[in-house]
Amino acid sequence: MMKMSKTLTHTLIAAGLLGSVAADALAQANEQFIGLPSYRVGAYAAGGSGIYGGWIDYMSLVNERDGGINGVKLTWEECETEYNNARGVECYERMKKKGSTGNTVFQPLSTGITYSVLDKVAADKIPMVTIGYGRTDAADGRVFPWVFPMITTYWSQATTMVKYIGSKEGGPDKLKGKKIAYLYHDSAFGKEGIAVLEKQAQKYGFTFVPLAVAHPGNEQQSQWLKIRQEKPDWVILWGWGVMNPTALKAAAKTGFPREKMVGVWWSGAEEDTIPAGDAAKGYTAAGFNVAGQNFPVVKAIQDKVYKANKGNMEDKSRVGSIYYNRGVVHGIITVEAIRTAQAKFGKKPLSGEEMRWGLEHLNIDAKRLKELGAEGFMPDMKITCSDHEGSGKVKYQQWDGRQWKSASDWIDADSEMVRPMIEESAAKYAKEKNITPRDCSKEG
Amino acid sequence: MFYREAGQFKTSYVADQQIFPIAQDRIGMLLILVLAFLVVPAVFSEYWIKAILIPFLIFSLAALGLNILTGYAGQLSLGSAAFMAVGAFASYNFMLRIDGLPILVAFVFGGLSAAAIGIAFGLPSLRIKGFYLAVATLAAQFFIVWALTKFGWFSNYSSSGVITAQEIQIFGFRFLSPESKYLLVLTIVALLALAAKNMVRSSVGRAWMAVRDMDVAAEVIGIRIMHTKLLAFAVSSFYCGVAGALYAYAYIGTVEPEGFNLDLSFKILFMIIIGGVGSIVGAFLGAAFIVLLPIALDVMVQEWLHGILPPSISSNLQLIVFGGLIIFFLIVEPHGLARLWQIAKEKLRLWPFPH
Repeated sequence: MMKMSKTLTHTLIAAGLLGSVAADALAQANEQFIGLPSYRVGAYAAGGSGIYGGWIDYMSLVNERDGGINGVKLTWEECETEYNNARGVECYERMKKKGSTGNTVFQPLSTGITYSVLDKVAADKIPMVTIGYGRTDAADGRVFPWVFPMITTYWSQATTMVKYIGSKEGGPDKLKGKKIAYLYHDSAFGKEGIAVLEKQAQKYGFTFVPLAVAHPGNEQQSQWLKIRQEKPDWVILWGWGVMNPTALKAAAKTGFPREKMVGVWWSGAEEDTIPAGDAAKGYTAAGFNVAGQNFPVVKAIQDKVYKANKGNMEDKSRVGSIYYNRGVVHGIITVEAIRTAQAKFGKKPLSGEEMRWGLEHLNIDAKRLKELGAEGFMPDMKITCSDHEGSGKVKYQQWDGRQWKSASDWIDADSEMVRPMIEESAAKYAKEKNITPRDCSKEG
Repeated sequence: MFYREAGQFKTSYVADQQIFPIAQDRIGMLLILVLAFLVVPAVFSEYWIKAILIPFLIFSLAALGLNILTGYAGQLSLGSAAFMAVGAFASYNFMLRIDGLPILVAFVFGGLSAAAIGIAFGLPSLRIKGFYLAVATLAAQFFIVWALTKFGWFSNYSSSGVITAQEIQIFGFRFLSPESKYLLVLTIVALLALAAKNMVRSSVGRAWMAVRDMDVAAEVIGIRIMHTKLLAFAVSSFYCGVAGALYAYAYIGTVEPEGFNLDLSFKILFMIIIGGVGSIVGAFLGAAFIVLLPIALDVMVQEWLHGILPPSISSNLQLIVFGGLIIFFLIVEPHGLARLWQIAKEKLRLWPFPH
């Protein structure tokens, strides 16, 4: 029996290899290649496997259900980056020329790798999409034509946090005299929020107390002692990885109400709350996608992809989790941008330049979201030549001890404050690099 | 048969003191250099040059720097990545703040800044040794990365703390193509490797080795301990600093302090342990092992196992195989790949008639 099954597997493997080789040769001409610089090992494997898993599943769904995008099949290949900058660059270079038209779009899911390939994507004409991470000022598409920090940025998120806290206090005017502590990961990522929140503190008249936590964040005693002394009304948690459950447990020990803690979107997944156990109950976190399996798009993935045993997740219970659904958002944006570009350039595999046009004219409105079965799953968005962010909306969800429950509507960012800051920072970059910003009135 | 020195007589001191006393070695080295300088840029694809060879050379240089300190002078250090960061950020600031500074001078200044910091963090080595010293250099690792993040001046007040390397220009020639960058890196690495080889063959290197083997005895025979140890720190940090500058300018482009974290320091340390502690060629072999093998494994897994294994297992499999190979090589030859190479050479001398 043992022997037979072994022979059988070998035959199957051989057949599979032969089959894929033959199919490759035939279909190469009508395929859109997407290189996935994923990470499934290391400290951030939970995020990497969830997001890339969801993304791959959505592309499988498009292939299985619709036969690709207007007949153009999606193909992809993963490259393990280990969240390491040098490995990320290697993956970028390795996948750059693959497929019939080269890599369509690069989405590294790591701010470090984003910076490492920032100059390269412009030279190679491959658009880079960084959803909810990366370089905030790249939202100014006039200076960064090839980079798309889509949906929302850290700065936009910080302003929605203040709005959310204001709404819980009974109106933005009630923020006056309140005290908000900012417990942040002491890195470029953690410092992103400070400048915006300081401005917000001036605008609304609350006291802002930044508290740095050294990497990786499993030691927070002195910070929570400080919180006990300062008695802030709210604590903003701007962390990732092990820092998040540690903060929640420390809050429980200190007796700080979890209902008054608001996390950033990298602090708001099941992987952050479940390790904290009961201490996480009542904690709220931001997100640009929601958790849950009750969306037609997630149901379709379960029906078409997982029933056919083609799903990417080994742990099927993670389908519908925050990270998984975030991956589906990545998939939706990628696929819709290809669709947009195909409408202009024809139903064929697209080059990076054509894809860039598609991303820049991406318009996923409420109607389109409903058609995709993603109503309420992610915010509607519209990218333009100058605005590569396209939405700025953030939703807050509360952990009830077992799952994330919606705690707010989609909250708009304070773009009147954020946009000038983005433009100022982008202009500084342009000056440093001798870039002449594009004139968006002349772009087609 | 071909690799033997019979008939090669050394008739002068010059002949006796040359780096490669055996003619075959000289020819081999010449061939490697010709290959690296002339054939590689013409033949290899952009991917190979940009994503494999440039980082390999840069990490070789960093490993060479650490090997001078740890391998030759016997001072364990866990701060190599931080010294790379100093080199990168210092070069950037010199270029930014001094108008018209030639880039090579900026690299040298970056290396010298790293050397100065290296001396400062090398001071504890006068009192403490071994693992305790490693902990002191660990302080350098954390302090430098922290300082570069904390003080905006270093990154020219960039909101996210990253620096974007300026364009490389030498005498009006703009190093834009990967081939030109590769040749620049190769030239610098080759020159510095030659300098290192000569340093370890000279009185300086002998003093380092004497201190490594027994510092009390070295002091007794008249070697100035402080001078020797701090010189090792300075030279080692200089090499790491130049490697860091090249990392920023010729390889990544935009770097953040976090990129030079403890993981990278460990990686450089593993390079010299696997390549061979106290060996110039070992730094190159070790860098090749640590930089290239994971990439080769990933390519193999993607090509052969794609669709057969679930992706999380295939990703972890790479790490398992990589770890297994490290253990295998360390069991087979605890003195590193350089020692294997040396044994191979000795065997070759007798081959095919070992008796």
